[in-house]
Amino acid sequence: MQSTALPTPEQHGIRAHSDGPIVPVQTRSERFRSTDVADFAPITGREHEWKYSPVAAFADLTSGELDGSRVEVEATDAAGVSLSWIPRDDARVGRAGIPEERASANAWSAFGEAALVEVAGEEAKTVTVTRSGLGTTPRAAHTVIEAAPFSQALVVLRGIGDARLTENVEVVVGEGANLTVVSLQEWTDESVHLASHFARIGRDAKLKHIVVSLGGKVVRVNPSTHLAEQGADVEALGLYFSDAGQHLEQQVFVHHDAPHTRSRVTYKGALQGEGARSVWIGDVLIGNTATGTDSYEQNRNLVLTDGTRADSVPNLEIETGDIEGAGHASATGRFDDEQLFYLQARGIPEDEARRLVVRGFLAEVVQQIGDAELEERLIRALEAELQGS
Amino acid sequence: MSVLEIKNLHVNVETDQGTREILRGVDLTIREGEIHAIMGPNGSGKSTLAYTIAGHPKYTVVEGEILLDGENVLEMSVDERARAGMFLAMQYPVEIPGVTVTNFLRTAKTAIDGEAPSIRTWLKDVRGAMTNLRMDSGFAERNVNEGFSGGEKKRNEILQLELLKPKFAVLDETDSGLDVDALKVVSEGVNRAHSNTGLGILLITHYTRILRYIKPDFVHVFVAGKIAEQGGPELADRLEEEGYDRYHVAESATQ
Ligand SMILES: Nc1ncnc2c1ncn2[C@@H]1O[C@H](COP(=O)(O)OP(=O)(O)OP(=O)(O)O)[C@@H](O)[C@H]1O
Ligand SMILES: [Mg+2]
Repeated sequence: MQSTALPTPEQHGIRAHSDGPIVPVQTRSERFRSTDVADFAPITGREHEWKYSPVAAFADLTSGELDGSRVEVEATDAAGVSLSWIPRDDARVGRAGIPEERASANAWSAFGEAALVEVAGEEAKTVTVTRSGLGTTPRAAHTVIEAAPFSQALVVLRGIGDARLTENVEVVVGEGANLTVVSLQEWTDESVHLASHFARIGRDAKLKHIVVSLGGKVVRVNPSTHLAEQGADVEALGLYFSDAGQHLEQQVFVHHDAPHTRSRVTYKGALQGEGARSVWIGDVLIGNTATGTDSYEQNRNLVLTDGTRADSVPNLEIETGDIEGAGHASATGRFDDEQLFYLQARGIPEDEARRLVVRGFLAEVVQQIGDAELEERLIRALEAELQGS
Repeated sequence: MSVLEIKNLHVNVETDQGTREILRGVDLTIREGEIHAIMGPNGSGKSTLAYTIAGHPKYTVVEGEILLDGENVLEMSVDERARAGMFLAMQYPVEIPGVTVTNFLRTAKTAIDGEAPSIRTWLKDVRGAMTNLRMDSGFAERNVNEGFSGGEKKRNEILQLELLKPKFAVLDETDSGLDVDALKVVSEGVNRAHSNTGLGILLITHYTRILRYIKPDFVHVFVAGKIAEQGGPELADRLEEEGYDRYHVAESATQ
């Protein structure tokens, strides 16, 4: 579905026994994969994974030489969490997934060492890993986040300053672990960031994965999650605020590949200003072994001004009839005037009512992060975006 | 002494089939402390009257006026009307995702009073009002009306009525969808607001049930976009027995 400023609500829900209206373009599991950039043809911009992106704006990242040296990384202290560098041929690299497109493969081909974030210990903790000072040279990076069995933590992967970065982030969630990963893009206005996240979730483990894109000219973060073992659970959340001339994209893939796995995908974005652009593609594949799957994905966009464009494309592929439920929803619309009316009818002036509604719309995702300090900081960042233009 | 006057009000709505006239000359005066019940069949225009008083943009006033203590209400924006002392308890209260009841109430109170309420007394007022309405304190941290049952939404409307202390309140079918216990709780809330603040009330209802708990001074029968008859509380009893047939509802509804 493609939508411009017009409200175009679209809602489908399909249950195990209904034959829904969804026709997959291509079986996602059959996509070509390789860690070698030479295996991928040059990008034309017509490929399904590139057709919504401004590919000319980052040709250096998809086909040029990349600086694969260590990027500047700083981590806050937290007991049970450690940060180290491992060589590219380390056995801990390449376990969560491998590239399906050229930017990701280019990064994989070029990185020297991978940053390894290891999480252990059952008590809850938060660690913030900040990448800064990447500069304007095209760079490659690789990060592995590994949560030991039954461990628990919230890891914030934050990007600030200038960047022209293509990278891969692997997330390995051990049996029974409970991990939250927040990918927070607060780059400068001219930055370009292309990222592929690959998560593998073990038995009865839970990953909460949250993509927050606020700053950067082009930011494309594509998380794919492999629910590899029985009882694996992913909560994939996203939040973006696209300003004039900004392109914020996320291609989300969830692969249900074991019985009784659960996924919830919720991405919400606001668009404001001429040329503000957002893309959300949500692919869910329920494999033939994934009996008892429970899956729901949704994307909602709130259009604040004219001249914006939000593309929202849900895809659902189901290879087994024996599931709990699967559904998707996608809607792009302007303000709900009834909400404004209700607030104004309680004396709240229109501009303040609008701010409340937008903040509320996005807060639904913020409220699920589970770290009060980070939640508050994000609310403030969103406020600043709202005042922005 | 406050007074709300509605004079010869004609209201249209734009539909896909074109302009439709819904209110056809409504005259009504409500003084401070008075309770007026408006009763009428489905589709007669009761909610349209309520929304028009509150200033909903969907409804266009083509003739007539609404005055609050002589001030022209029709020239005020929706929020100005609320700040001038008008309140609408909606038939279908709207959900506001991501905005908690606490945040919403404080923002509204601040807007209406022109200054933030003192934290200590405000928290006490909110808690007290919620207890009176038998609302669990957990509601305060929930998003406005999100996932509330029909009855909970109506309580939340009356909670706002009690806390915002308007001069005039229009209650649009506040009784519908309530079981008898909830109906009593909500009616008590309305009666409390009435006796505490001298509130003037326009009580829109379809049934006489709520009039057992909230005693109207006047009853108006609303048919086909205007008041067809008015009287005292005894008129409600008569409607209870005879229904609206006497007013040729079928005929006027097809016009
Ligand atoms: N926004 C609108 N668009 C189209 N028609 C409308 C709109 N609002 C009201 N109407 C029509 O105007 C008439 C009066 O509606 P209104 O909701 O005011 O009636 P009511 O008396 O409140 O009915 P009920 O008892 O069912 O609540 C109805 O025929 C309704 O369909
Ligand atoms: Mg009505």
